[in-house]
Amino acid sequence: MSDEDQLHDTLEQAQSTQEARMGTGMDERFNSKLRQAFGTSPFMLTKFDKFMNWVRGNSMFVLLFGIACCSIEMMHHYGTKHDVDRFGAGVPRASPRQADVIIIPGTIVSKFGPRLKRVYDQMPEPKFVVSMGSCTISGGPFQEGYNVIKGAEEIVPVDIHVPGCPPRPEALVYGILKMQENIRAGESSPVTVKPYELDEFGDLERDELVQELASEINEDDLVMRYDWVEA
Amino acid sequence: MSLEQPELDVGERPDGGLDYDALADLLSEYVLDREQHINCEAFVIRPGDVPAVLSTLRDRAGFDHMSCLTAQEYRDRYESIYHLRKYDDPTQELSIVVPTARDDPTSESATDVFDTANWHEREAYDLVGIEYEDHPDLRRILMPETWQGHPLSRDYNQDQPQIVPLREYPNPMDKRTEAPDNADTMFLNIGPHHPATHGVLHLKTILDGEQVLDVDPDIGYLHRCEEQMCQQSTYRHQIMPYPDRWDYLSSGILNEWAYARTAEDLADLEVPEYAQVIRTMSAEMCRIASHLLAVGTFALDIYGDFTAIFMYAVTDREKVEKLLEDLTGQRLMFNYLRLGGVAWDLPEPREEYFENVRSFTEQFRESLTEYHDMLSSNELFQMRVIDTGILPPEEAKRYGCTGPVARGSGIDYDLRRDDPYGYYDELEWDVVTDDGCDNYSRALVRLNEMEQSARIIDQCVDILENWPVDDRRIQSNVPRTLKPDPDKEIYRAVEGAKGELGIYIRADGTERPARFKIRSPSFCNLQSLEVMSEGEYIPDLIAALGSLDIVLGEVDR
Ligand code: SF4
Repeated sequence: MSDEDQLHDTLEQAQSTQEARMGTGMDERFNSKLRQAFGTSPFMLTKFDKFMNWVRGNSMFVLLFGIACCSIEMMHHYGTKHDVDRFGAGVPRASPRQADVIIIPGTIVSKFGPRLKRVYDQMPEPKFVVSMGSCTISGGPFQEGYNVIKGAEEIVPVDIHVPGCPPRPEALVYGILKMQENIRAGESSPVTVKPYELDEFGDLERDELVQELASEINEDDLVMRYDWVEA
Repeated sequence: MSLEQPELDVGERPDGGLDYDALADLLSEYVLDREQHINCEAFVIRPGDVPAVLSTLRDRAGFDHMSCLTAQEYRDRYESIYHLRKYDDPTQELSIVVPTARDDPTSESATDVFDTANWHEREAYDLVGIEYEDHPDLRRILMPETWQGHPLSRDYNQDQPQIVPLREYPNPMDKRTEAPDNADTMFLNIGPHHPATHGVLHLKTILDGEQVLDVDPDIGYLHRCEEQMCQQSTYRHQIMPYPDRWDYLSSGILNEWAYARTAEDLADLEVPEYAQVIRTMSAEMCRIASHLLAVGTFALDIYGDFTAIFMYAVTDREKVEKLLEDLTGQRLMFNYLRLGGVAWDLPEPREEYFENVRSFTEQFRESLTEYHDMLSSNELFQMRVIDTGILPPEEAKRYGCTGPVARGSGIDYDLRRDDPYGYYDELEWDVVTDDGCDNYSRALVRLNEMEQSARIIDQCVDILENWPVDDRRIQSNVPRTLKPDPDKEIYRAVEGAKGELGIYIRADGTERPARFKIRSPSFCNLQSLEVMSEGEYIPDLIAALGSLDIVLGEVDR
């Protein structure tokens, strides 16, 4: 903030000009931090990126996305007691195309893996991922299951992990706050190649399994291949 | 009910018991052998006789409820077990065991007799690998279509790679999606990621204008191998956390009770009375929490009301969860019941806890009137839900519906009363039914059931308060490792929040179950969606789905 401070007048000057501008009858509530920051000159010099990050962190549109048990606690964190909306992050969007944050609340299984990737791909950049619960860290209690993906990071990049089974709503709110900090600082996890990606079936290596499925899947169908042992 | 003396079914004794010899006589040409399961007798029959046996039992002996189908693989054979009981008296049970050869596991399908068998047999085919002849639509149900192997069969290799396709769903505006004989139809996907499906359910619907011609639920997006997890855990402590995660709308203790009841009967364990009262009280709190969410999300589905009813429901749920947290230490995944009792006693100071519970139920009764104001007596709500999503009682029975769905169709079936367990038969409460058979009745049943639950909780608090100090036993003596005798088999159910939640366990002499099968009420109830919604408008389909109150963790397990 230090370089910004120099741009403005002192606090008193700012307030006095403000009061002059507003006239009488206005109360203290109008002396917002922002107004104080702007002071007499209604301009502020900053980097556009920085400004955008600041805006982004304070108006997050979260995808309405429920998978498993953790989504119940996620509903509570929208609810009356915990009310994540106070932090500018409580507007759920039903369509991935309008959302910039996705909370992954639950176990991901083989059938849902490709769908999760698709939903993630449909969100516009920049996008951020909060993974909620042990299941999205490692598969949680179901890690040994034949059908369970061992963590969300096998499929999508994750910014914040909130551990717990399920995490309390407070924990999730804390995770969201931490992510807002990250966003304001302009950080997000790099998009890298994940163990499980969507590929065209024709591009897969022709091994035994692929041969066997050749009659069931078209060459240009998107598929996700699970190599349980290597991953 | 007629006023005449009700006629007894074949094999029914006047005292309400079952005369298995008479039943065996009725089926004399089919029965190869008779086995003794803990809950009832089992008749062994040939694979080709399944429809004949089941229809005889249904029409002549009154077994109109096929609760569950368990499939399992032995070293030398496959076995399907049809668990039958009666809606009128669920303590009258009979199992039909159908062994099939290892090299050719085919059995005749029971779908002609019970519609509910459709999905059960698909699941048995999917997970275990038994084929059912004459099944109308035998495909995988929980696993992706391209899965290799049957995961619960003996020689399944869990480490083999798998390929799962992401099939693009057809574009609804595309000409090719029209059904061939009806050019005006349109194909529409709802889910698996959709706010109205309560999780990851996928509905394939065919529409004619706004009318639903056909709906085909596609499930398995949350199949997290619950049965496998339970089969590789030990009876005493390791299994108990999993039931919490079947029906995760805070119904944890109800689910835990299903396991506790089954395992206690299997291993012959006592439960102290005091613990039963605590169980009863906490289970009813769970029921309230669960029904509240059902009602809240139902309102959300019907008028997109995220602000009033949904938030009211969440607020009230917070209060119940607070009470449950004080008792169990967790808000959602309680892990509070133990075999032979509960984990620990009520929180100290007890008076304060009783006070909190009392003030909750008192306040909750008031807020229930608010829910009635906002929902059941609200004209808008009534216009949307009365006379939509009709589920006639006969259909409900054929689809094996239980819980508030069945009771909303006028079927008087509640295991808490009909197959008593816990402390329920000592308490004063009523089974709520409503014979409207529509979406409205199902919502109404839930609202009224919450009131009964509050009544039960109040009585439990009174009893607990006056319980003699030196008799507060929370657990009986349970051996450190439980090893039930080999080849003991049991099917037991409790009344979960969604209906009959049953568990089948076969012991093999080790400390882990050889087969652990979950009969989930949501799975059976969801099948009836077809009946409710075909021919209705698409918004009514969403309403019908909301009124079913499914939870995908329990549907897919
Ligand atoms: S982390 Fe626990 S509560 Fe969350 S989805 Fe997984 S099992 Fe459920």
